[in-house]
Amino acid sequence: MARRQSPSHRLLDEGRRQRTMIAIMAIMVFLTVLAAAFGLGAARSARSLDADLAGRLTVQVVEADAARRDAAVEAILTKLRTDPDVARAAEVDRARLAELLRPWLGDAGLDAGVPMPAMIDIDLRNASDAAVGRVEAIAAAASTQTRVDRNASWLAPVRRFVTTLAMLAAALVLLMALATGAVVLLAARAGLDGHRSTIDILHMLGSTDVQVARLFQRRIAIDTLTGGLIGAIAAIVIAWLLQAQLAVLGSQILNGSALAPEDWALLALLPFLFALLAMVAARLSVLRALRSRL
Amino acid sequence: MANIVQFENVGLRYGTGPETLSDVSFTLTAGAFYFLTGASGAGKTSLLKLLYLAQRPSRGIIRLFGEDAVTLPRKRLPGFRRRIGVVFQDFRLVPHLSAYDNIALPLRVAGIPESDIEGPVREMLAWVGLAERANAKPPTLSGGEQQRIAIARAIIARPEILVADEPTGNVDPDMAERLLHLFGSLNRLGTTVVVATHDFHLLNRIPNAQMMRIDNGRLSDPTGSLRFPPRAPDDSE
Repeated sequence: MARRQSPSHRLLDEGRRQRTMIAIMAIMVFLTVLAAAFGLGAARSARSLDADLAGRLTVQVVEADAARRDAAVEAILTKLRTDPDVARAAEVDRARLAELLRPWLGDAGLDAGVPMPAMIDIDLRNASDAAVGRVEAIAAAASTQTRVDRNASWLAPVRRFVTTLAMLAAALVLLMALATGAVVLLAARAGLDGHRSTIDILHMLGSTDVQVARLFQRRIAIDTLTGGLIGAIAAIVIAWLLQAQLAVLGSQILNGSALAPEDWALLALLPFLFALLAMVAARLSVLRALRSRL
Repeated sequence: MANIVQFENVGLRYGTGPETLSDVSFTLTAGAFYFLTGASGAGKTSLLKLLYLAQRPSRGIIRLFGEDAVTLPRKRLPGFRRRIGVVFQDFRLVPHLSAYDNIALPLRVAGIPESDIEGPVREMLAWVGLAERANAKPPTLSGGEQQRIAIARAIIARPEILVADEPTGNVDPDMAERLLHLFGSLNRLGTTVVVATHDFHLLNRIPNAQMMRIDNGRLSDPTGSLRFPPRAPDDSE
């Protein structure tokens, strides 16, 4: 029998207002989950850049004389390979360099007479300033015509941009949470006004403020969760499709933004967090409003 | 018997207007039956509002169940209100709840388990002659039926005081008499009953009922005193 089921939810007859609330929450959580997915992807990308570039150096030996250049490269590699902070040190294949320069030099790049700089790729175990300084000293000792580039410094503007995007996304998520709280406050106030007569009756029958607040917080939490799940599922599907499209682009930076399982779990958790936030906001709002009534 | 309600020089003013009630003093004895009479606008409903704690007085002392009700902290009001059943003049049923759910409200508010609610509610529906209308919602009920639902809701939790504001105003004479008989039965079970009415035909229906009369916000009685019940000649201040 219907009346034997939990009856308290029937006290607040919402109807159309309830559907509006669910739709608003679906939109809010949809935007929040998308912003969060974007932010998490950007943060992943920044971390990926850090991991890839932080300990990577390139030594250029720009000696014009091939013999002195080769001797310098050999001296540098010999010393680097005994350095405990160096994980890997290898000269970049000349043929590969010539291939890269072909658009500018044509086949001349393969000519041994052309003074092309030698390049040494280095991966450091520990990307400290001291380790980098030691590499610079080794290179300088081998030849005065050397230059050490930190790969991270080339991509520092990209790294800053990606970090800014991640922070912007985090700010958006925060703003959406605040906006959700504000919507819930307005909905709770409107609900209080709309159900004023029912609440007065409940008070006269001996209802406590907490009992009345519980009616609202439960209703709003259910609406937020319902709308939130709809919005979150839609946003997660879109994020997943976007990630699948990024994967085929083959960009190192974009591939680094792929979300990890824990990121997906966090996104899936958002509607529940929003429902909790809505419940607390509704409770506080209703209790505060009821305090002014006898 | 003990006094369950005591008013001393109570005044009530809404906003900055004139006093709606002035110098109202009376005591109600536990287990007694009272009629509160007076013309429309005399202050009956205002007095009842003070009695069922919907309003605080502007001045004076109100003692309810032996405690000062004027300074009663707000958080203790629900406990006091659960001891008072109220039949409102305008019924105040929840329109989107069925008759059954409206009657069950006080029990649910009191936290009675759902399994213990159906029996008393069915019994109460039968008592007020609306067993067949359990699922009907108030807008589909007649005024008299709504009145009976309101009465059933007021008494289902066996309150210590029943306050009824014009409870027979929307029912035919037969039903009025029947409802009054219900109040009398409840009173015999120990509930203090206060019925506000301007229907003088009802006043003789309850043996031993006492009458309070209010005129222009002041309580009066046949002796012309402002106190109810009237003081005995040797009752000094």
